[in-house]
Amino acid sequence: MPNHTLQSAFDRCRRENRKALVAYVTAGDPDLAATARLLPALAAAGADILEVGVPFSDPMADGPVIQAACQRALAAGATLPGILEMLRGIRDRLTAPVVLFSYYNVLLQYGIEKLAADSVAAGIAAWLVVDMPAEEAGEIEPALHKHGLCRITLLAPTTPPDRAARLAGAAKGFVYYITVTGVTGARSELPADLAANLETLQKLSAVPVVAGFGISSPEQARTVAAHAAGVVVGSALVKLHAEAGADAACRLVSDIARALRSPA
Amino acid sequence: MENYPQNGHFGPYGGRYVAETLMPALLELEKEFLAARRDPAFQREFDLLLADYVGRPSPLYLAQRLTAQCGGAKIYLKREDLNHTGAHKVNNTIGQALLARRMGRKRLIAETGAGMHGVATATVAALFGMSCDVFMGSEDIRRQAPNVARMKMLGARVVPVDSGSATLKDAMNEALRDWVATVRDTFYVIGTVAGPHPYPVMVREFQSVIGREARAQILEKEGRLPDEVLACVGGGSNAMGIFVGFVNDMAVALTGVEAGGLGIATGKHAASIGGGSVGVLHGNKTYLLQDKFGQILETHSVSAGLDYPGVGPEHSWFHDIGRATYLSITDAEAVDAFQALCRLEGIIPALESSHAVAAAMKAAPTRGRDAVLVVCLSGRGDKDMASVEQYLAGRKG
Repeated sequence: MPNHTLQSAFDRCRRENRKALVAYVTAGDPDLAATARLLPALAAAGADILEVGVPFSDPMADGPVIQAACQRALAAGATLPGILEMLRGIRDRLTAPVVLFSYYNVLLQYGIEKLAADSVAAGIAAWLVVDMPAEEAGEIEPALHKHGLCRITLLAPTTPPDRAARLAGAAKGFVYYITVTGVTGARSELPADLAANLETLQKLSAVPVVAGFGISSPEQARTVAAHAAGVVVGSALVKLHAEAGADAACRLVSDIARALRSPA
Repeated sequence: MENYPQNGHFGPYGGRYVAETLMPALLELEKEFLAARRDPAFQREFDLLLADYVGRPSPLYLAQRLTAQCGGAKIYLKREDLNHTGAHKVNNTIGQALLARRMGRKRLIAETGAGMHGVATATVAALFGMSCDVFMGSEDIRRQAPNVARMKMLGARVVPVDSGSATLKDAMNEALRDWVATVRDTFYVIGTVAGPHPYPVMVREFQSVIGREARAQILEKEGRLPDEVLACVGGGSNAMGIFVGFVNDMAVALTGVEAGGLGIATGKHAASIGGGSVGVLHGNKTYLLQDKFGQILETHSVSAGLDYPGVGPEHSWFHDIGRATYLSITDAEAVDAFQALCRLEGIIPALESSHAVAAAMKAAPTRGRDAVLVVCLSGRGDKDMASVEQYLAGRKG
């Protein structure tokens, strides 16, 4: 059974002299069968890491696009057990590691220890718990450590330098730098100090720093990736997938992946 | 401070389950809150505003005709309904607005259910010359129209929220989404003892004036402590405010009254402790109404202010350790109590507070005539006229 680690994904990007592309998908939107088809296709189209979002009834860090995706997925009956089963079913076909993106309550109700064990079986490499800052992470770290999983560290434009240094220094897998002060969703403009912030952060971090939130086009991706190890594309992909289908979503991933191969 | 929750934890409850973007703001807020508590000038200004602006102390009133009708324990009402703006909410919004000014913030945001917290926030925004956006579910905008008009008159913008059940929980989601984008210049005025630390302890502190006054007043009137203190619990800020005055008096029973809606067995209720399980929502770990997969359930209560799927984390802790007892009152019982208080005492209570009155009316006959109950009458019911008329019309039809 393939075991795609985050490190092997970043190593491959480095060898191929390009930046990593992390693609976010809300699992179960519009249903789990569609997600099972979409994830391998996105990896084949050029996604280096797949971020699989667990739908939540109250996604308070998300903008309208991912809120709507959560609603569609929940209406179609998506649950965390169902998502894990879907991932187990496709893990042999996936050529990229999976990061499970979730609000904490859904993980907590599943059971943290059981979820860590079942994550390994589903080919999940890391958890990104959007509403769990470092202060509360002691609740999940023993289980993650025991099963060899990473907890992805989020840093924001509001994170002060001393805190950023402390959190980035202890990060595993990769650091997810939130490019904008706000919720998820495409932005026409990104902050002016983004490049400087990313470069400072990469110096402090023992693991690659990727930038997410607001990135929607190959041009934006290339500009941001010049200062990071990679970029995350989320809402733009979710929106395109909902409006124009899987092929269009794969084309966007393929276009961004191409942009990340050529220097800015 | 007594019972200060280290890192915001009340036993296993509370905490700071928020996006990293908000963490620095919460750490800064806690620091400022602790500094303000030690600052005599801050305390002086807070106390002066509570006295001259809010009209404190609020009276402790012996409801003689209600007592006679129930036939048992004496029922005292702590008259938070007589506060400026008509509810206990203003105690807290003054405290938070003073903090906002101290921190240089010029814009306030708030979530509101019944609209009382929204009105109280709009009021202090006007008082301190700050701008104010209040997030309110569109369903609540419909059923609490008088408060929407009040907020607008006070200069606030009321932002309708259509997502989910379009009630208080959804308003809080939207307020958090706004705050995560505006955190550098905006102060989020949370209206209850829930949300991420330090909100639960901070709101408790600003509402503790209710319990301090009530304890002194009952000692003066009765020469002894009450047997039981009752208050309604949605998030639970009026309840925590009055409980904290008596929490160390172990002989005083503390009773929190949740919204039983159509009955716990029907699933259409808002009793997080009575009918929920432990989870994490809106920044804190607490009892929640959720399905087995951790999705938050829609709630029901005739009272918009109690129509919320969570409860303050310290209430969850009080429930677990047995320091307080939580029970529920149905829509029908609350409306009956609403009418009883109107007709017997000439007091129109908020539907939220009517839940506590209903619980007291049930408890009084089970105790002797020398027993004493104190009910927190957290707000007045002018805002609820349309809801009650509609409910009564439905009951007749």
